[in-house]
Amino acid sequence: MADLVEKTRIMDGARINRALSRLASEIVEENQGAGDIYLVGIQRRGVPLAERLADKISDLEGVRPPVGILDITLYRDDLSQVGANPIINRTDLKEPVEGRNIILIDDVLYTGRTIRAALDQLMDFGRPHRVQLAVLIDRGKEHRELPIQADYIGKVVPTSRVEIIKVMLTDFDGEEAVAIMIRPTEDS
Amino acid sequence: MTTFKHKDLLGIRNLNAEEIQHILKTAESFQEIAKRDIKKVPTLRGRTVINLFFEPSTRTRTSFEIAAKRLSADAINISISTSSVTKGETLLDTARNLEAMSPDAIVIRHSSAGTPHQLAQICRAAIVNAGDGAHEHPTQALLDALTIREHKGQIENLEVAIIGDILHSRVARSNIHLLTKLGATVRIAGPGTLVPNEFQEFVEQGVRVEKRIEEAVEGADVVMILRIQRERQDSAFFPSMREYAVHYGLNAKRLNLAKEDAIVMHPGPMNRGIEISSEVADGARSLILDQVANGLAVRMAVLYMLVGATHTEQ
Repeated sequence: MADLVEKTRIMDGARINRALSRLASEIVEENQGAGDIYLVGIQRRGVPLAERLADKISDLEGVRPPVGILDITLYRDDLSQVGANPIINRTDLKEPVEGRNIILIDDVLYTGRTIRAALDQLMDFGRPHRVQLAVLIDRGKEHRELPIQADYIGKVVPTSRVEIIKVMLTDFDGEEAVAIMIRPTEDS
Repeated sequence: MTTFKHKDLLGIRNLNAEEIQHILKTAESFQEIAKRDIKKVPTLRGRTVINLFFEPSTRTRTSFEIAAKRLSADAINISISTSSVTKGETLLDTARNLEAMSPDAIVIRHSSAGTPHQLAQICRAAIVNAGDGAHEHPTQALLDALTIREHKGQIENLEVAIIGDILHSRVARSNIHLLTKLGATVRIAGPGTLVPNEFQEFVEQGVRVEKRIEEAVEGADVVMILRIQRERQDSAFFPSMREYAVHYGLNAKRLNLAKEDAIVMHPGPMNRGIEISSEVADGARSLILDQVANGLAVRMAVLYMLVGATHTEQ
């Protein structure tokens, strides 16, 4: 498989930060405060995003919601097509999920299958009262393969199937940016 | 991203250090599942795992069965005493018949070395060696390694003592392969009849052969005790179980020769008061029950890696 090539950068660190600030405001507005919110970040980049949202919510409301971590690898519906052994990262839901108001956090919403897996996994831990979804980037409804939507969106970025959205965070990539990557077509 | 390229898990000898580390790392992520209320993930849903045990076993077989079920696979146990092997069916015919029912994995324990290797050649299913004669018991060595890593951080440069009936022990052999590949130093000790000179071949791998338990245990970070089988006393390998206990049993006094924070391990089942005293077995440094819990995580990881995440054409 040819390496991905960066086509264009659509967000820098400052824009990511502003989008997260807005998401934090929208979340506390919709949920009438931070009182009962439980943020759950999806491995891997959903996790630092969840921590940042928790900090911003704490700045707004004076209360920092708990942050859990979910690795959905074992719940994927496409394991047999992945080929290599995907790495399983940590799942950590120290606080019980039962009866809670959960906000799932991920970096990119594309087909919706990751969120389907996250919902199934969450249900195996208990019965939440409510589950909402916050994403930094939504690649657009036309790519959705399941009836799944985000409640809070940083930016809608229409893309084509040959493109990939790459979210870069200091925690993993050493820089802060969102880029559209393209797979170069093969010469025949 | 490491790809585990093997179709089967037949032994530690044909794995390299990176592959071993990959299995251990994967096993760590399965440890957390045992702490959930719903101890099940859907990963191997609809897959079939057959436990084909030609030797009696409760511990290992139950461990593989629970591991398969926690991955949502269907686990079938075939115990030879009630199967058609008693009617004279050969191993290969048994295997071919099972293969015709398209299992995804066959876990086999047999008293003859090399049986898993034979199966691996004729079956499309992934073959997992649960113990073949005195040859290898790879999942035991892996769970031992996971347990050591949990308590000691890493295996490199550790001093590990393995005490007991090394001659007949597949657990000892798999552990020696694994520990030396990951950079530990191994000392073995047992009655001269049970620690034969063939093990000099291991000397080049850095294994030290000692005649007395005290010399093997002194300064060790890990002390692994092997089970002594009652049948061996009848075959004149040593005079009696009591003699064995006196000269080679691990008691508190001998354990004190090891490092202050040394850990004690035993693959089970134990003969209390023979190869290990109750005081040591139940003591603070004993990780025997941790081993059992880690056995589940390791076997889930192995089944996941062999059956779950790859669908390559053979």
